Amino acid sequence: MSTAVAAFDLAETPLRALNQHLHDLAGTSGAQIRVSNPSGAHAVACGIDAEIEVDIDGHVGYYCAGMNKLATVRVHGNAGSGLAENMMSGLVVVDGSASQYCAATAHGGLVVVHGDTSLRCGISLKGGEIVVRGSVGGNSMFMAQAGALVVCGDAGEALGDSLYEARIYVRGSVASLGADCIEKEMRDEHLAQVADLLERAGIGEEVDAGQFRRYGSARDLYTFKIDNAGAY
Amino acid sequence: MTWQEKAAKAGWTPPGAGWHPGLRESYLYDRNVIAEIQRAAREGIYDIRGFGAKRRLPHFDDLLFLGASMSRYPLEGYRERCDTTVTLGARHAEKPLELKIPITIAGMSFGALSAPAKEALGRGASEVGTSTTTGDGGMTPEERGHSKLLVYQLLPSRYGMNPDDLRRADAIEIVVGQGAKPGGGGMLLGHKISDRVAEMRTLPKGIDQRSACRHPDWNGPDDLEIKIGELRELTDWQKPIFVKVGATRTYYDVALAVKSGADVVVVDGMQGGTAATQDVFIEHVGIPTLPAVRLAVEALQELDMHRKVQLIVSGGIRSGADVAKALALGADAVSIGVAALIALGDNAPELEPEYERIGSSAGYYDDWQAGRDPAGISTQEPELAARFDPELGGRRLANYLRCMTLECQTLARACGKSHVHNLEPEDLVALTVEAAAMARVPLAGTAWIPGG
Repeated sequence: MSTAVAAFDLAETPLRALNQHLHDLAGTSGAQIRVSNPSGAHAVACGIDAEIEVDIDGHVGYYCAGMNKLATVRVHGNAGSGLAENMMSGLVVVDGSASQYCAATAHGGLVVVHGDTSLRCGISLKGGEIVVRGSVGGNSMFMAQAGALVVCGDAGEALGDSLYEARIYVRGSVASLGADCIEKEMRDEHLAQVADLLERAGIGEEVDAGQFRRYGSARDLYTFKIDNAGAY
Repeated sequence: MTWQEKAAKAGWTPPGAGWHPGLRESYLYDRNVIAEIQRAAREGIYDIRGFGAKRRLPHFDDLLFLGASMSRYPLEGYRERCDTTVTLGARHAEKPLELKIPITIAGMSFGALSAPAKEALGRGASEVGTSTTTGDGGMTPEERGHSKLLVYQLLPSRYGMNPDDLRRADAIEIVVGQGAKPGGGGMLLGHKISDRVAEMRTLPKGIDQRSACRHPDWNGPDDLEIKIGELRELTDWQKPIFVKVGATRTYYDVALAVKSGADVVVVDGMQGGTAATQDVFIEHVGIPTLPAVRLAVEALQELDMHRKVQLIVSGGIRSGADVAKALALGADAVSIGVAALIALGDNAPELEPEYERIGSSAGYYDDWQAGRDPAGISTQEPELAARFDPELGGRRLANYLRCMTLECQTLARACGKSHVHNLEPEDLVALTVEAAAMARVPLAGTAWIPGG
C-alpha cells in the first residue's frame, strides 16, 4: 500500500501519460493520484481497473472515469457529457454538476453528483446506481434496464421512458413520465434502498428517505401487442 | 420422382403452374402483394424477418472485367504471385489487423445465432487468417477462444459492453448503422431470449427486446470524435477503430467518419443481412452496395485518405467475383454475413422436410427471428443448436472463403495484377445503364458513363 500521492499537472503532462499511469496500476490497490489543471479535457481517468483514488481539481470534459472499475474518482468541479459511462464498479463523485448522459449504460458502481445533471441521466443503465443531489434533465433513465437513480430535486420530462427493471426515486416534482413508466408504491425495501444509497452518497443525514416517490416500468411494452401501437 | 413431382412435394409452384387462359395476374397486385395485404389485415403488425433485401437491385452482377489482351499482360495462374493480404487500421493503432485474405466475417450476435454457430464462424475465419466480429449481445468466451482475430462491436444498446472485452478485442467497431436497416435498432424476439442471452443483455427473459437505434452517449460527428478519443485512451491506442455505417448518404458519412478519426470505415449496402427487422425496412431504406462503394471511395480520395483509412464493403457479397469487383472499385476488403451462414449450412436442401414443417422451404427460409432454425444456426433452442457441428461448419466456411479468394485471384491475374488491391475501376465495364451510372464505369462497348 503506497501512501504517497502521485501528482499530475495536465498543463504540463499529456493526458496520455496520466491514463497510461492509471492503466499500469491495474490489479494494484491503495495508490492516490491528484490531477490538476484538467481544463475540460476529455477522457480523463477513463479505463481504470484498480482500487485506487483519483482526485481531479477542476472541470473535466466528456467521458471522465469512463468504464471505471474499482477506483474512486472525485471531480472537484463540473463534469461534461458521459461521466462514468459504462462504469462497472467503484465510486465517482462530482462536486458540481454533470452534463448529458451521466452514467450512461453503467453496469455497476455508484455515481454521486452534488449539483444537477442534464438530459438522459442514467440512459440504458444496466445495474449501476446514481444519486443526484440536485435535479435531472429530460429523458433520464431512458430504456434503463437495471440499477437505480435517486433524485433529491426534480426530474425533467419523459422520465423513465421505455424503462425495463431499473428503479427511479424522486423527491421533488416530475415534469412528465415517459411511455410505460408509472408511479409505484414505496414499500419498506424501497425505503431501505433509498436510505442506503443516500448514506453511501454521504448525504444520509441531510436528506430523508421517506420523502421520495418511486417510479418503475408498467411492463406493458415488454412484448409486441398491436393494441399498444401508439406507444411504440 | 420427376423434378416437378419433387417441387410439388416441396410446396413449390413452378412458374406457369395454375395458368389459365384469360386469367391475368396484376403486376401491381401480384400474389405476394395480395398475400401480404391479407397477412397485415389478419395480424395488424408489420412483418419481421431475417435475411437481406430480396428485391432485384443493380449489383456487381451488372459489371464485367476486361481481361488482359494486347496492351495488358495477364499473370500465369497458380505460378505468378497474386497477393491477398490486407492491413487494417495502421492510421492510428499500434496493433493493426493483418489479414491473409480480403474477406472478413461481419458482426452477428450471440442471441441471433447459437453458440456453436458463433464458434464455427471463429473456426472457419481463423483457419484462413481472417477476422470475425461480435454483435449486439456482447462477446462470448467461445467466440473469443475460437477467433484468432476478433472485432468487438460498440453498439447503441451496449449489451454486455465492458472494458475487459474491449481490451481482449483485436479491433473495435463503432456501429452507427447497418445496411438492412440504416436508422433502426436491433430486435430480438422473446423466444430467442434464453437465460444466457437474457443475462448477457441484463434483460428479463422472454421479452421482445428492442435495442436502441441511437448511441446513448454521443450525438453527431463532433461527439463521435471525442468518443473515439475515449476508446483510444481506454485501450492505450493499440486497437484499430472501425466505424460502420449503413449505406445512405455514404459520401458524407464516410467523410465524417474519417474526420472523426476512424482507422477503418465499414459501409454496408442495403442488401446486407439482418437477424430480425421489419420487411418494410429491409426493402425500402438505404442504397445498394454498388453505388455505396463508389461514393465511399470518392469521399476517401477527396480527403486524400484512400488506402490510408481502409474501406470494408458488405451487403450481398456472394462470390470471388463480387469480392474482386468491390476491390476494383476501391474497397480494401469485404465482409460477409448471409453468405457465411449459408456456408455453415443455412437453407440446406437436406433439411427440406423440416423447413416444410415450419411453413418454409430450403432456399426461402428467412424466419431467422423465430428461433426455430432446423440447421441449428439462428436459434437458442438447445436441441436445435446441438444439431449443429461447429467443426464441420467451420471447415465449410473455411472452404468457402478459400474458394472465394481463389476466384478473386483468378480474376486479378487475368487483369495482370500481382495483388488483388491493384484491381482498378479501369478494369471494369457495366452491363446496364443503371450500373454504369452507379459505379461510374462505362457501359460495355462505349465510353459512356451516365451522369458524370
